[in-house]
Order: sequence, then C-alpha cells, then structure tokens
Amino acid sequence: MALLRPSLPPGDRFGLLAEFPTPAALYHACEGVRDAGFTRWDAHAPFPVHGLDRAMGLRPTRLPWISLALALAGGAAGMGLQGWVSTIAYPLNISGKPFFSWPAFVPITFELAVLGGAAGAVFGMFALNQLPTLWHPLFGSQRFERASDDGFFISIESWDPKFDASATAELLRGLGATNVETVAC
Amino acid sequence: MNGTHNESDPVANQSSQTVGHPAGLGVLDPPDPDPLDHRAPLILGGPSFHDVTEAVARPLERPPTLGWWLCFLPSVAALGLLGVAIGWLFFEGVGVWGLNNPVGWAFDITNFVFWVGIGHAGTLISAILFLFRQKWRTSINRSAEAMTIFAVMCALIFPGIHVGRPWVAYWMFPIPNQMAMWPQFRSPLMWDVFAVSIYGTVSALFWYVGLLPDLATIRDRSRGLRRMIFGGLALGWRSSMRHWQVYEKAYLILAGLATPLVLSVHSIVSMDFATSQLPGWHTTIFPPYFVAGAIFSGFAMVVTLMVITRKAFGLEHVITMRHFDYMAKIMLLTGMIVGYAYGLEFFIAWYSGNAYELFTFKNRAFGPYAWAYWTMVTCNVLIPQLFWFKRVRSSLLWLFVLSIFVNIGMWFERFVIIVTSLHRDFLPSSWFYFRPTFWDVATMIGSFGLFFTMFCLFVRFLPIVAASEVKSVLPQAAAHPAVAPIVELERDQIPGGALPARSAV
Repeated sequence: MALLRPSLPPGDRFGLLAEFPTPAALYHACEGVRDAGFTRWDAHAPFPVHGLDRAMGLRPTRLPWISLALALAGGAAGMGLQGWVSTIAYPLNISGKPFFSWPAFVPITFELAVLGGAAGAVFGMFALNQLPTLWHPLFGSQRFERASDDGFFISIESWDPKFDASATAELLRGLGATNVETVAC
Repeated sequence: MNGTHNESDPVANQSSQTVGHPAGLGVLDPPDPDPLDHRAPLILGGPSFHDVTEAVARPLERPPTLGWWLCFLPSVAALGLLGVAIGWLFFEGVGVWGLNNPVGWAFDITNFVFWVGIGHAGTLISAILFLFRQKWRTSINRSAEAMTIFAVMCALIFPGIHVGRPWVAYWMFPIPNQMAMWPQFRSPLMWDVFAVSIYGTVSALFWYVGLLPDLATIRDRSRGLRRMIFGGLALGWRSSMRHWQVYEKAYLILAGLATPLVLSVHSIVSMDFATSQLPGWHTTIFPPYFVAGAIFSGFAMVVTLMVITRKAFGLEHVITMRHFDYMAKIMLLTGMIVGYAYGLEFFIAWYSGNAYELFTFKNRAFGPYAWAYWTMVTCNVLIPQLFWFKRVRSSLLWLFVLSIFVNIGMWFERFVIIVTSLHRDFLPSSWFYFRPTFWDVATMIGSFGLFFTMFCLFVRFLPIVAASEVKSVLPQAAAHPAVAPIVELERDQIPGGALPARSAV
C-alpha cells in the first residue's frame, strides 16, 4: 500500500546512502552510478539540479499524456453537460437561438478542460511518484534530513542486481562521496 | 559606490556575507553602464543553500512579533465586521445596501471584479513569468500565489451574497435538483461561476504543488507536533530526483494551463458587462482592457504586501530592489495600457455616432460621478507616470505610496464602469444617484479584513518564499560551474543559473 509503506527490498537492509558536497559532485557521481549499470537507485537534492535526470539516465515522464487525457475528458464533459442540458434535460429558447448553440458553450468547455488538465498534472504526479508515502527507510537516517536543506545524496537499494555492500560503498567513495552509510529497513 | 560594486558582483562576493547582513539594500545602480552586463544578482549577499533555508524557515519557527500582531488584530477586527455585515444582510435583505433601480449593481460587483483582478498578478508571476524563464520571480511567486488564492476567496463572497436569496445560491451550479431545473449556460454569469471557481481551484493546486518541497524542508527541521503536521502536508516528499523529474513536468504543465486560464478569467468577467446592451458596457475592448487592469492592480497589491513583508521578516536580500524595479515597470506598462483603453472608449463613443454611447461617456467624465472618474484617471494614469523615474522605482516609500494610489484607482475603475453606466437609464424618470450605505462600506472593509487575516496567517505558518526555487537560481546550484566561461556567467542575468547547466547537457 503506497499510502503508508513503500515497496522495500527483502531483508533488514534498505541499502546505502552516500552524501556529496556539491550539485556538481552529485552530477558526476550520478553519471558514474548510471554507467556502472545500477537500476534501483535514486539521487536526492533540495532542488531539481539541472540536467541531473539525464545524468541519471531517467526516461521522460508519461505525465503530459495523463494531463492531456484528463484535459480532453474535462472538455468533453463540459460540452456534453451543456449540450445535454440545453437540448434534452431543460431546453430553453434564448433569443431564438438553436438549442445546441455551441459557441456559447465554449468558455465553460475550456474552463473544464483546464481543470481536468490541472487535476491530471497534480494527481498524476502524485500517482507516478507514489505520494503520499509518509514513511520511508531513508527517513531513519539523521543525515538525510539535510536532503531538503543543503545535502546532496545518492541512495542505492540492496535489491539492485549489481549491489554489493562493500564494493558499492567503495564505488560511491571513489565517485567523491564524503560519507557513505548503511540504511536499515 | 565601492560597496555597490561588491554587492553586485556575485563572483567576488560569494559567501563573504551572511544572510543576516544584507548590506547595500536599496541600491539599484549597477556598476556597469551597460544594462546587459553585470546585473545585480537575484539574491543579495551570496548566501549558501543553508542560509536560504534559515531565512525562509525562521519566521515561522519563532513566536510572532509585535509587528505581526499589529497587522493581524486589526485584520481580524475587520473580518469580524464582514461577519456582522453579511449577517445583517442575510437577516434584512439586500435593501441594507444603497442599491435601487436602475443601479442594481454597485459595491458588491465592484468588489468582486476588484478582488478577481488582484488575484491575477499572482498567477502572472507564478505561471507566465515561469514560462518566460524570468527567474527573478522565485523570490515573490509564493506570496503572490497566496495572494491570488485569498483574493479569489474575497471575490467569491460577493456573487454569493448579492443574490438576495443566498440560501438558493446553489442554483448557480449544475446540480440535479427537485425542480428538475438546470442553469442557463448561454449566460456569461454562468461562465463566470465556472471561470472563477476553477481559477481558485487551479491556483490552490498550483500553490500546493509549489509548497510541497518547502513543507518537507520545514518537516525535516522540526520536532514534535510541527514535524507531524508538516510531515502530513509534505506527503512524504524525500527530495528524490525521480520525483523531482515528474514534479518539474507537473509544474510546467500547470504553468502552461494557468496562463490561458488567467487570461480567460478576467475576459469572462468582462463579458458579464460586454455582452449586455448597456451603453458604457457594450464594448469589444473589454476583455484585453480588463486583463491589463487586473495585472496592473494585482502588481500594485503585490508591491504593497511585499514592502511590508520583506521588512517584517528581514527578507531584504531575497526580495531585492531589483524585484521592485521590475514590478514598477510592469505597473508602468499596464497602467498605460489601461490609460489607452480609457482614451479609446471616448474615441469610439464619438466615432460610432451612437448618441447614447456618447452621452454615457460625456456623463461619465462630466456628470454626477465626475469625481469618481477623475479620481480613477489620476490614480491609474497620471500618478503611475512617476514610475518613469528611477529614483521613484528605487525608493520603497514612493513604491508603497504609489501602489496604494493604484489600488484605489483600480477600485474606482470598476466602480465607474459599473455605476456610471447604470445610473442614467434610458428613461430620465428612472435616473438615480447611488450612495453607499454603512453596510456597503462595512462589507468592503470586511473583505479587506478577510484578505489580510488570511495573509497574516500565511506569513505566520507557511514558508513565504519558495526556498527550493531560490536555491536553484543561486550561482552554486549549477551542476557544471566550470564549463561556462566566467564572462557568460556574468552576462547571464542569473549568475551561473540556467546557462552552465544547459551547456553541460
């Protein structure tokens, strides 16, 4: 259940958490971890470091399609509601205009499309990011509290096929980590 | 001017000063006469990432100051007045206001249009300036967005309470009901219901998404109850780059949607008037004219609030004089657009050859409400011309006083459009002179009470500057500072911001 618990690797060890001094160091380290072939890992920074998604090898998100689908659904619902009300449910003769006088329905159709698109962007973002996830093993690390302040981190999870406690820690240190610690589940 | 030079030179000055000593405030003059080179840094004093966190988080971790109470208590008193005024209105009916035929709209709709307009600058700053990559917005966008939401709250009160029978206000929404009745969707008033309520909803979503990383920052700094509350609000945000990637896309989509939305909202508000047959309202220039006026008044309100807020919370190094300079220029531009619209209305009234139209405009400028018309022209067109002077744009006192004038002028603009067009009906026997009653004025003051109460609570309990966004425009935020030559670093208005990162990728 994403609401309370994230999906976790088996065992009592979540993985390794490495701290880096600057955004530039994090950027290079991410390139290194990506090139070493890791898949179950993440970078943490107090702001979105420019280009870091590509340094991590992340694929573009599907979010725009979710937003577009909901925008179209919102617009269709808007025109559909107004058309149905004006022709079937409660037809009113206004200045002799046709019952389905669609140009007058454009403003509300547009507004509902915007509402759908915005809701799609926000709640789609929550869904793709599996938020809310109120608890996470990383919150167990005292040091990790700085990830939202001025800390730059890489976390590698223990169920990554390439994961090896000592070798991976060595790799992270080689990439410039100032501190590497083990995070419990 | 040596001190000025140090202030404006991000490279020489990096981390030599801490946040607590924002020296050289109010200094706008760049040392170099070339405006493209050596612009003042967005954030003064070369703070570290942690300094930004401290500056943003500290105000809400300290007990409230005396200054805060001095703002909050009168605001709550005015909010109480709003409660009394609305209670009396509901008890007695809309007759407690000064309305009568033919002036069926006066203070209520004036306040509605005024408050919707105030909100528009917030969306402009958060969405349109975001799309145009104007990074200076990061210091003020959070509080401007909050202002938008509170202004929309104030605006939504008025259509709700002016209907005479507020207990059936739900008829405005397409809800299946026992009468099997449905709204009339060809009416701009119905468009308005959708436009303004969706505008409020989308603004709130946009604001919350922007807040999310900063809520996590507060959570990670606190213990006990505050940690639990902010932990819940932050939804478990863990600054993950995989999350940031989707988050940034969501923010971009929201900005892209909010931009046409904000332009549509005041256009639709103007159609409440423009689609009627009334001389003075029936004008095709209303949509762009209303949107420009909304941005004009909204920026005036942002300046009013920011002058106080930055002083009260010591944010002088984050909200710099450069921000005020830009906002003053936007007010100068939009003020002149509004002035052009005033002139064009008269030209069209004459050029159309329509006797009713011409009478309405002559009457507007020289009739019984001439005092209101010329107040409007003075406040909106003449006084803002002072923004041409750099001395005015770089003086907080001038900016504050002028922003108050613009606020007053823009309130009068709506009053003039609504009341002067209504008070001379086609039949002279119906002519009427609207005078506000005590309850008209009380409701208006009360709406300001609601607005300022909400704003006081916001600055007290939530991070008022988007810390994560400010951090991302600091020079050291670039992943590859060494890649870009130092000349480019200085030329770009964002010291080390977008430019090096782009060349890195």
